[in-house]
Amino acid sequence: MTSAVELRAITKAFGRRVANDRVSLAVEPGSIHALVGENGAGKTTLMRVLFGLYQADSGEILVGGEPARFRSPLDALRRGLGMVHQHFMLVPPLTVAENITLGREPRRGWGVDRARAEREVAEISGRHGLRVDPRARVENLSVGGQQRVEILKALYRGARVLILDEPTAVLTPQEVDELFAVLRSLVRHGGTVILITHKLREVMEVSDRVTVLRHGRVAGERRTAATGVEELAGLMVGRAVLLRVQKAAAAAGPAAPPALEARGLRVRDARGLEAVRGVSLTVRAGEILGVAGVEGNGQAELIEALAGLRPAAAGEILIGGRAVTRLSPRERFRAGLAHVPADRLARGLVGPYSLADNLILGSQRDAPYARRGWLSRPAIRSHAERTLAAYDVRPAAPGAAARTLSGGNQQKLVVARELSRGARVILAAHPTRGVDLGAIEFIHRRLVAERDAGRGVLLVSSDLGELLSLADRLLVLYEGRVVLETAPEATDERTLGLYMSGQGAGGSPPGAAGSATP
Amino acid sequence: MNPRAWVRPLVPPLLAVAVALLMGAAFIVAVGQDPRLVYGTMLAGVFGSAYGWGQVLFKATPLVFTGLAVAVGFRAGLFNIGAEGQAYISAFVMGWAGAALAPHVPGPLLLVLLLAVGMAAGAAYAAVPGLLKARFGAHEVINTIMLNFVATALVNYWGHSAFVRETVRTPGLPAAAMLPRLDALWPALRGSPVNASLLLAVLAGVAVGLLLWRTSFGYELRAAGLNPAAAEYGGVRVPGVWVRAMAISGALAGLVGANFVLGYKGYFESGFTAGVGFLGIAVALLGRTHPVGVAVAALFFGALSQGGLVINQLVPKELVEILQGIVILVAIVAHELVERWLRRRA
Amino acid sequence: MSAAAGEALGVAVLLGFLAQTLRISVPYALGAMGCAYSERGGVINIAIEGIFLNSALAYTLAAHFSGNAWLGVVAAVAAGVATAALHALVTVTFRADQITSGLGINILAVGLTRFVLKAVFHSSSNSSRVEGLPDWNLPGLSALPGLGPVLSTPLVLITIALVAAAWWVMFRTPFGLRLRSVGERPEAAATLGLSVTRLRYAGVLVSGALAGLGGAWLASDQHSFTDQMSAGRGYIALAAMIVGKWNPLGGALACLLFGAAETLQIRLQGSAVPNEFLQMLPYLVTMLVLAGAVGRARPPAADGVPYDPEEQ
Repeated sequence: MTSAVELRAITKAFGRRVANDRVSLAVEPGSIHALVGENGAGKTTLMRVLFGLYQADSGEILVGGEPARFRSPLDALRRGLGMVHQHFMLVPPLTVAENITLGREPRRGWGVDRARAEREVAEISGRHGLRVDPRARVENLSVGGQQRVEILKALYRGARVLILDEPTAVLTPQEVDELFAVLRSLVRHGGTVILITHKLREVMEVSDRVTVLRHGRVAGERRTAATGVEELAGLMVGRAVLLRVQKAAAAAGPAAPPALEARGLRVRDARGLEAVRGVSLTVRAGEILGVAGVEGNGQAELIEALAGLRPAAAGEILIGGRAVTRLSPRERFRAGLAHVPADRLARGLVGPYSLADNLILGSQRDAPYARRGWLSRPAIRSHAERTLAAYDVRPAAPGAAARTLSGGNQQKLVVARELSRGARVILAAHPTRGVDLGAIEFIHRRLVAERDAGRGVLLVSSDLGELLSLADRLLVLYEGRVVLETAPEATDERTLGLYMSGQGAGGSPPGAAGSATP
Repeated sequence: MNPRAWVRPLVPPLLAVAVALLMGAAFIVAVGQDPRLVYGTMLAGVFGSAYGWGQVLFKATPLVFTGLAVAVGFRAGLFNIGAEGQAYISAFVMGWAGAALAPHVPGPLLLVLLLAVGMAAGAAYAAVPGLLKARFGAHEVINTIMLNFVATALVNYWGHSAFVRETVRTPGLPAAAMLPRLDALWPALRGSPVNASLLLAVLAGVAVGLLLWRTSFGYELRAAGLNPAAAEYGGVRVPGVWVRAMAISGALAGLVGANFVLGYKGYFESGFTAGVGFLGIAVALLGRTHPVGVAVAALFFGALSQGGLVINQLVPKELVEILQGIVILVAIVAHELVERWLRRRA
Repeated sequence: MSAAAGEALGVAVLLGFLAQTLRISVPYALGAMGCAYSERGGVINIAIEGIFLNSALAYTLAAHFSGNAWLGVVAAVAAGVATAALHALVTVTFRADQITSGLGINILAVGLTRFVLKAVFHSSSNSSRVEGLPDWNLPGLSALPGLGPVLSTPLVLITIALVAAAWWVMFRTPFGLRLRSVGERPEAAATLGLSVTRLRYAGVLVSGALAGLGGAWLASDQHSFTDQMSAGRGYIALAAMIVGKWNPLGGALACLLFGAAETLQIRLQGSAVPNEFLQMLPYLVTMLVLAGAVGRARPPAADGVPYDPEEQ
């Protein structure tokens, strides 16, 4: 059978970094084909080559059996390929209809025929069951709505092959179900779907075939029905994967002193809307408290408020029993807080600064690194040498710029800095996002070690597997409120998913020992 | 040594100068002159005599101040296009205050006082766009450009009462309140107005270097410029840094008056800045926002300016301004190309 | 004086005021419109000031050597486009800093125009006298009381027409839609197959052409070129664009406001109100607008950010 799309021996390098190394992939028409791999395995690069955003250094592309040369996305679009990007490629101030018809605008004379554009969008959205308002401005849509617009953009241009890059990263489990229904419907009508994801459960649920990439090469290809999550994970990393971290039971009982407390916390987001609505939580010394939730439900604002980067509109925050609600981030560091931020490049590191300088970020006014406003270079350097060795940051050159490190090492650098503050409580927000498996294991082990040493850890993550394996207790945050408080032994991913989408309260989740906090 | 360590700072400025000189040669030919003759005369006139050197140093001094001012702003992530207006208005305040206080304050004390007043005026004027950015998020580029014009208008207005009748300058200061000329120490420099403000410029350069790399505030300032979100996370109050950085920048620009008012003429004269603030931007860029680079770039532009005067018989001296513009454009392009080349080798 | 005569005099003064405001606003409006096109595409263009100078000189040279004022206009537009092309080359092709490029071009323009002024006209301050544009006596318009003369001036009429055209092109045509998308989110446009480079070049070159007309106006109105004759008008045009929220219509209105302030300042010279404060008015208004006193002034999201296709 002729493939809908075929890639033969595609190689693409950026400077000395080879992102795709002779990758071959054949997608059957009328199927959903999953492409999986860790961060940096080359999935997105491969799809960008296919879509004409990048030019391959060598190899061939065939569409419907015919060779194709894509010099730009326009060529790919003309051959029936459509791409839905992970970070939506939409123009926020323009309307839905304008975004969808951009580049192919219906005309009337020299101007744009807006009425016809809106009509055509309404028609095509109805046909595929993707509900949108053509006149709405994209910046006012929900995440799910924006994704529908992205898909419609491809369908409007007659795409027969739809490529989706990590489409479910920001969706609730229920929105994911809706998306999968749309994909299955597309396939039933003769379309083909390529799904890039690292979520193996979704691969098992919706795909027909799966190709695994590792370090830029194809590690294996399987019929989905003939494989399983463990095998795929093994192919992704090349060895048996530790899916659960070994840890002893928490030393902390209910009687342990609280390392961090939040009482009735209310926080507003950047638009002035309440993102955190009366959250109360306690992290005891010697325990890891996990916070689950779909991104955008207040976790970011919660962490920022706890760290002092965002003011609390109401409520109190205490570290070690001491009120810190009015204190600045620096003062909270002094009070015993440490913070591993969600975005290391945006918040956690100053890229051009050296490793040594980054290691004192937050302590640049404190002894022994500074006295009376003057920096003490010898103290900074010796601290760097010790810390880089202890946390296995490579290369361990105190004078090198932080931006020259790999993602995993950068994250280890941030973790090194925060964990060597001698803090009482550690806020860890998505600490293993975008990091290779070796570094993930290292960071997990260090967090457990901190907890064993009597520190409190607040772990926010969108990776349920990570939360279930690390946390001693779990909270679920939905629309700014805590809707569930439980223990990992007493729940599972499906239950958590229900609470994460607001459908858990009121029902009795199977086997849950914890009770829902209204 | 790692090639990037010297490629990044040296190649763009050198390339810019080379291209500018080449294109300048084209203009020279266009007016029917021989480039080798013109450039040769320039070099001889500028570096061939102590007087020439003195002139170069005199012209370079204010460029060091404005170059440092813009450089400090850049390091904090701010684009201070207002050094011109800051220098202008603070020099006026120097001249005005000097004339007003001269009868009451003894000479040397007045000198020190006027230096402080100039720096304070510059700091205050530059703090305004800093505060507007800190409080309202208003971009400093437009505001500083606007304030340049406002400074001119304000000085014109105050000049009605401050200027000597029928002139556009403030009354002269007594000699005791002025900075000594350097030709008193080195007689060979006689005739050129280079004065002790040159030493102030050197001191300023050293001070800026220490501030940026040896103090906690400097660490915070550079972090705020490189990554405000990370700086904030590290406990830095970024809007406060903006205001303080602009104030420091303005104070440095405020020292321009020291060269002209306190070291040369003894009074403020309308129009004396003649673009020194804008040229300071070129100096800061060419000097890679580093005090040493700024010093070298200031010398270069000072030499160029003096060279223009020397060759004025052969070629319109405005050639120098053309060269300045070309240098700026090529410098920023070369910077981009070098960065891209380095990234590809990584 | 009778009441009727007094009233007629009042109307005449008002009309005269309006006429002078219109004349003065022409270069501002052209500069602001041009700037809007560049910035809507995502390229900050501070070089309007330099473009005014270069094109005013070009007009003067062409009109001087050919004796034909319209040829001067063509030369001015060409000079504007050429200067803008340099800015586009530096900022779009080489992706260098856009603000510094604008400043560099302005410094270059001052030096270049002075150099040529000296070389051709042997003067540091002004050129010889050149032809201005002959009036267009359009029926109906040229007979209007008070406003007749100004509405017979070709460039005034062209500017008014261009304001309307500029608005329509930007908000009602495919080109305008694509230009705006490239200024807000160039990646989105690129994934749809649009050329970010070509669209940004177009925006910058249009700004050069419009500002070139502004330079032609300056020289033809004054019948000569004088040193640094742009006198900061390019920056006021930039300010007007901001006050007008990057919209050709809003920019034109802001230009009228600034032009009125300038007319007021000229007419009130020597009166009790200090001249200098009226001079400062456009600048202070701009600063107030930027500080949010009159609602949000938000530039296009990708304004000032060079687009690098490999950095995705």
